Amino acid sequence: MTPLEIVAMVLLTVGGVFCVIGAVGLVRMPDFYTRMHAASVIETLGAGLVLVGLMLLAGFTLASAKLVILGALIFFASPTATHALAKAAHESGLEPATGGEREKGPE
Amino acid sequence: MRKVSAAVSLFVFWILLSGYFTPFLLTAGAVSAILVVAFARRLELVDPEGHPVDFSGSALVYWPWLFKEIAKSAWDVSKIIVDPKLPISPVLVRVRSTQASAVGRVTYANSITLTPGTVTILAGRGEFLVHALTAEGAASLAEGDMDRRVTRFEGAR
Repeated sequence: MTPLEIVAMVLLTVGGVFCVIGAVGLVRMPDFYTRMHAASVIETLGAGLVLVGLMLLAGFTLASAKLVILGALIFFASPTATHALAKAAHESGLEPATGGEREKGPE
Repeated sequence: MRKVSAAVSLFVFWILLSGYFTPFLLTAGAVSAILVVAFARRLELVDPEGHPVDFSGSALVYWPWLFKEIAKSAWDVSKIIVDPKLPISPVLVRVRSTQASAVGRVTYANSITLTPGTVTILAGRGEFLVHALTAEGAASLAEGDMDRRVTRFEGAR
């Protein structure tokens, strides 16, 4: 294995570990809103590190360019989807479990 | 100018996805890119929102900072998840948004959501309703560092 391949393997493994952590968080978190925070670990560090690892393996090729496009898609689409979910839950009246704390004003 | 840049971006996208460099496919790609821009112009979609190329320069400054913040807070949320005590203190906060344009507000709202530990629930003019996983996360967001950076990103065209 070349040093580059070793770095790629490490990135893929660490990215996979973050995906597992996100999945564990999805199960452990108490309510809908907190579970979304766990899921966002998967789509940021998890997916991000796996994509960078794959780019290192693919080298300077068209496959890497497609991986960059894939990353851009996740970068723009995942917060939009998360926001749509959160807003839908909020509009339908799902109260977040806030541990007794009330809404705070700015500052 | 914006139309030319939109057509060029679409053509580059075509080449990257196809990977074939035969004259026929290159011509077909160029014609498709120009036609799409022509149709988009009739639909009045080629504007600063539809093709925000003006922000490319400031995105190069803002995105690296955003990636660093995302990595930091993803690490923090991961530590909370693997902690046996699950030390969360979820809160709803209202944060001020000082962006003037829709692109700026969307960028700020998406940045908040993209950062693990905070999710924008409602994005209004001047104020967002944000759900934060921890009170510390909410407090650091309320300091407004990200808000100021997005406003600079939006202004520095």
